[in-house]
Amino acid sequence: MAARLQPVVVVILVVVLIGVPLWLVVATAGKSQGEALTPDFSLPTEWHLLDNIGEVWDRGRVPAAFAGSMLVMVPAVFGVLVLGSMAAWILARRSSRFFSVLYAGAISGIVLPPAVVTIVLLLRQLGLAGTAVGMIGVYMGIYMSTVVFFVTGFIRTIPTQLEEAARVDGAGPVKVFGRIILPLLRPVLATATILICLYVWNDVFYAFFVIGGRIDTLPLNLFQVASAGLYLNNWHLIFTYVVVMSLPLVVVFVVAQRRIISGITSGAVK
Amino acid sequence: MAVAGDADIAVRGDDRRSGRSPARRGRPGGQGGQSRRERANHPGLFLVPAFAVLGIFFFLPTLFNFVYAFTDWSGFKSEIDFVGFKNFRDLTVTGTLFGSLRITLVYALLVAIFQNVFGLALAVLLERDTRLNRFARVCFFIPVVMSALAVGYIFQALLKPDGALNGAVGAVLGTDVTIAWLGDTTWTIVVVALIHAWKWMGLSMLIYLAGLKTMPEDILEAARIDGASAWKAFWAVRFPLLAPAVTFSVATALLGSMNGFDIVQATTEGGPARTTEILNIFIYRTFGQGLFAQATTMSLILFLTVVLLAFPLIRTLRKREEVL
Repeated sequence: MAARLQPVVVVILVVVLIGVPLWLVVATAGKSQGEALTPDFSLPTEWHLLDNIGEVWDRGRVPAAFAGSMLVMVPAVFGVLVLGSMAAWILARRSSRFFSVLYAGAISGIVLPPAVVTIVLLLRQLGLAGTAVGMIGVYMGIYMSTVVFFVTGFIRTIPTQLEEAARVDGAGPVKVFGRIILPLLRPVLATATILICLYVWNDVFYAFFVIGGRIDTLPLNLFQVASAGLYLNNWHLIFTYVVVMSLPLVVVFVVAQRRIISGITSGAVK
Repeated sequence: MAVAGDADIAVRGDDRRSGRSPARRGRPGGQGGQSRRERANHPGLFLVPAFAVLGIFFFLPTLFNFVYAFTDWSGFKSEIDFVGFKNFRDLTVTGTLFGSLRITLVYALLVAIFQNVFGLALAVLLERDTRLNRFARVCFFIPVVMSALAVGYIFQALLKPDGALNGAVGAVLGTDVTIAWLGDTTWTIVVVALIHAWKWMGLSMLIYLAGLKTMPEDILEAARIDGASAWKAFWAVRFPLLAPAVTFSVATALLGSMNGFDIVQATTEGGPARTTEILNIFIYRTFGQGLFAQATTMSLILFLTVVLLAFPLIRTLRKREEVL
């Protein structure tokens, strides 16, 4: 009974919970401004999706925003993974009380909220306010704890004998880390990359404070497009922007979903 | 300097350990040599870049929080003076401090409950590895991939008085329905928490799925042989075994939503009548008005609240795990 009902329940839930909101996005993105004024589930009488994309492309400065998002995300994610893994290796291998205090400090950012207001002050003092470098540094500071936490846990499962063999052959720490440890970290780094890319790509809160208006990023420009229609809601443009902005991530996710899902599950519960 | 310091303490740490096992002390080479080798093989220097980034971009601003919350730093004048507890007094007198704090805590609690109930229900529902279930898991994970701002706009369009939901309900009932889902001073916070939970339930689902998959088969077998119904077996055997997944999922949901911003901003902007104004919305708005010190004070309150909440919460959840 329950076994026969299960597929029916699954289909209903997927359609109602996921299908309906996503249909609203796609249908509204295809409508003209007049038709989209009060958003509903109806089909557009005529599809205007390409026109809307063209309008959003200009008004939302999509190419610049895409470039800005990449400019911040790629170095931030790469930097936090490399520096975080280096630190995690030492923190996993050395066991004195001093190092456990350092470890606690390094992972404290998982729980503690970043001090977003005073970051702005600090960046001004450093001359980094409103720059990509400042934003990259802030993202690295926020997500360093996540990387250190996941990678340290993973390194503890790697036997030290592997390192010892390399050391006997005369390899120094840099070589041991680069040739032995880093390649072994691939699964955990893949998971961390996905999660941090998601957070940085979609972040608007920290971007408001740090770059607010001086660099285009996709979420910032979506916010701008939505706020510009304060008195005349441009739902067709908002949802076209949502489609344009979400499509890269959703496509990457659907194509690689099996690896992504297994990576996240193995990382979450040990 | 930091390197010299850590080496020094590392040696002392080894001494402490060797004190417990005197036999090892007599070994040629001794503890000093071993620790020197440890230092050479895993040099503390590898920590420096990560801690430099953490120090500049995380710890230092946090430290500044404790300083600038007690000043009159603002966008309207160039000098910054100490004013003691004035910011705290102002925020208390206007009622904003406890108002926003209460709203944030209610929001976080509701999100944690909804997200985990939905996530667990989905995980149990989609546990078997059929093709349909795998497809459904991918579907439920799509909101996690999307931007929270976009999710907020979708639900604003759905839930407006003349929005899609009322339109559909009205078409079915044959009358005009104009419920202001996001306009009620009591219930809107619940609606927004439901939206937040909708966005993240796919992640909780994955975490619980991982917990269910790693469960030893023979325990369930034993429960079945003992004649436990599926319902009883779940609550008596499987749910307690999910404790580590519960810890992770509840803690991330609760503490993550304390830091919420995008969904509330996109759906209600803190309204109606500031009943959904969580701390980050207040910080964003106050900062935009140029009242930097007040925003810092709220940021400090958020920090302290999370600290006070996080450690007891994680300790309690961990203790639940130990009962097993």
